[in-house]
Amino acid sequence: MAAEPELQPDLKIELGKQGVFVTTLNELYNWGRKNSVWPMQFGLACCAIEMIATTMARYDLARFGAEVFRPSPRQADLMIISGTVTKKMAPQVVRLYNQMAEPRYVIAMGACAISGGPFKQGYNVLKGIDRYIPVDVHIPGCPPRPEALIHAFMTLQKKIAAQPLTGEDRPRHLDAEAQGEFPVPVPGAHDLEPPVNRLVWPLPAPATDLTAAAAKEPA
Amino acid sequence: MSATELPDLNTFLPPMIEPEGDLLEVAMGPHHPSTHGVFRMDVALDGERVIRLKPVFGYLHRNHEKIAEKTTYLASMPYTDRLDYFCSMTNNWAYALAVEKLAGIEVPERAEYIRVITAELTRIQNHASAVGFLMQEMGASGTPLMYAFREREKILDLFESLSGSRMMCNYMRFGGCRVDLPAGWIEQAKQIVAGLPQFIDETEALLTGNEILMARSQGVGVLRPDLAVNAGVTGVMLRATGVNYDLRKVDRYGIYDSFQFRVPLGDHGDIYDRYMLRVLEMRESVKILEQALPRIPAGPILDPKSRPRGFRPKPGEAYGRIEAPKGELGFYLISDGSGNPYRYRVRPPSLINLTILEDMCLGQNVADVVLIFGSVDIVLGEVDR
Amino acid sequence: MKSTELLLDELKSALPGVEIELVMNPSVSAQHSLRVAPKDALRVAAYLRDVAGYDYCSNVTGVDWLDKETTEKIRTTKTVTRTVDGIDGIAQAAEEIVEETVKRVEPGCLEAVYHLYSMRLGPTDPHPPVVLRMRTLNRIDQVELPSLTPVWRAAEFQEREIFDLYGIVFTGHRDLRRILMWDEFEDHPMRRDYVDPDDFEYEPTPHDEVLKRAEEYKASLAAELPVGEVR
Repeated sequence: MAAEPELQPDLKIELGKQGVFVTTLNELYNWGRKNSVWPMQFGLACCAIEMIATTMARYDLARFGAEVFRPSPRQADLMIISGTVTKKMAPQVVRLYNQMAEPRYVIAMGACAISGGPFKQGYNVLKGIDRYIPVDVHIPGCPPRPEALIHAFMTLQKKIAAQPLTGEDRPRHLDAEAQGEFPVPVPGAHDLEPPVNRLVWPLPAPATDLTAAAAKEPA
Repeated sequence: MSATELPDLNTFLPPMIEPEGDLLEVAMGPHHPSTHGVFRMDVALDGERVIRLKPVFGYLHRNHEKIAEKTTYLASMPYTDRLDYFCSMTNNWAYALAVEKLAGIEVPERAEYIRVITAELTRIQNHASAVGFLMQEMGASGTPLMYAFREREKILDLFESLSGSRMMCNYMRFGGCRVDLPAGWIEQAKQIVAGLPQFIDETEALLTGNEILMARSQGVGVLRPDLAVNAGVTGVMLRATGVNYDLRKVDRYGIYDSFQFRVPLGDHGDIYDRYMLRVLEMRESVKILEQALPRIPAGPILDPKSRPRGFRPKPGEAYGRIEAPKGELGFYLISDGSGNPYRYRVRPPSLINLTILEDMCLGQNVADVVLIFGSVDIVLGEVDR
Repeated sequence: MKSTELLLDELKSALPGVEIELVMNPSVSAQHSLRVAPKDALRVAAYLRDVAGYDYCSNVTGVDWLDKETTEKIRTTKTVTRTVDGIDGIAQAAEEIVEETVKRVEPGCLEAVYHLYSMRLGPTDPHPPVVLRMRTLNRIDQVELPSLTPVWRAAEFQEREIFDLYGIVFTGHRDLRRILMWDEFEDHPMRRDYVDPDDFEYEPTPHDEVLKRAEEYKASLAAELPVGEVR
């Protein structure tokens, strides 16, 4: 499939006024995908309660086509990491992610899922789930309010809508070469082995330039 | 008395059941829709019958105690919110109470009233949610839980206007509370409390006489009172067996002895009694709130002598406990005179109430395991800490 | 409710020969405890449950006491020779009180603490717990204590937790396995000398100790494999 030509927005609106609906295959496909994201019924900790609250009457996640929480990873499109991932739980989280069918997305909900959050100093706490699996949307907060989770859904919908079906940036399920199985860490004698999956979590440089800071200090 | 004269010490162990057919081992969890989080039960089945059940914990072990021993007394307060994340107010209170015992801090009367009000609101929303989740597991998908969360949101609004956070209130301090009630809070609270009896009536009309609920819960998951006492079971689980032990009456901590309320007790110790007790306790909590809200006195909310920052209690130790919605929540602190506790221990009611999970499930059908587990009402943040 | 001292007397007269002592608590909570020798623990516990009425074991926990080096000033009487009036050779022996600094190392131990209440006796005011303590001989290899789970089933999971996090081996426990950490784990993380795995890689605003570790980490970056390769 050749790259599709961009549809001019003005032309689309003008045609819409005439009663002609014009779209591209790409848009139609993503429109369908983004409005039926089925999350996995998977709660880890405190944030899970806010996730449940989001699905309840006041916040009503059903408006986003995402109220169908599936207990089985095989039927789910979205994994909401709602809470602290401990080292004991991390292998199971990765295994569940592996069992999900493509296209699949991950929302890291709350400070713990992003970085360990307030429990970062804990010996059994994983310092962010993106050490093992790729994360699409991060929501800060401890716990994030239901509004924040809704915002994350809308962000994810925007991301899905913007995904091209061809080319370098196409989603993983359209890319036969893409990695589908992520290695599951093994509980070891002192820590998980390996402690990090380098393919998804390349070594980050510290944010502050330490050498520059050291140079400033008088010798 | 020699070792042979010891009384029979193995009276409280679960019985061994001989299977009739081949055993099937099933791992329920840690990702299971009904395990209230990340909890695993290794169940051995003979057909539908449960022969053995071993709970597996630790999937949410967040090292609360270790972190607390590395940080100051005050800095542990927000962590207590995240123990039983339904009931941050009562967690705060239990920790504050233990520290107050350790250091001998007095609490002003107004703060005691605020503590009682927030704790009873917490109890109502916890019990409402617990009933909702139990019904969810019984197959009443949606409605009871939706109703419970509707009320819960109202109570969370109160907590948010008081403390700034819906769930993680971090509200109490050693010797009082963090901030005073905002303007109009009492009126708002009175309005919400006035609507609660209607909600409880509605829940009862839906559930109490419901045939399916009665058929599935009466006589299921029965717990003996002597075993419950020996196994350290507390809270609704214990009182459903008929043992009258409510720390609000026993310890009379705070100002609970100045309120009129009753402790509902069960007869059978089955799931239905636990459901019924939660409903009745909500009614009693409403009674306490109706007494406390009009009577709240003016005055300071924090003991002026207490210094939460730079707090260094004298060496020693203290164990403080309160009646949290899930049972006896205690904190055991050892001070060595420094700014950090030498030992910081949480006595988690959720974990200890699970001691008898196997006893209750043995011989029952596997479908009832989910119900029995749901009726214990646990939160994994507190089980694993 | 009896005070801890009265309870101690009662225990000593009812169970002759048990090694049990009172541990005073200097804090205002005044929750004093009874330290019992491990060999007598089961008998004392059974007595407390069946005769004294403490049928409810609320809280069970471990405490890690490290080796404690104490420096103590001791006043001793010594014979001191000193030079009087600056005249050499004329030394006078005198008895004097001298302060000396003595270093003592108290060996560390692991301790199990049980908080007992009574449901049978009903509410009383005040309602302090009976605190029962047991100590292991050391922290390394002699870490056995008798399990009190046969007396109070409430201790079952809590003793497993102490075994997991502190490493006290409870003899007579019917199912002593790790409870919170995974089975392959080897350390006892609640011990005070536990060093947690250095999975420290990234901190946005490093300072103090964190800065030091971040620097070490940055130095180790050079030795690491290039991005994208698996070890």
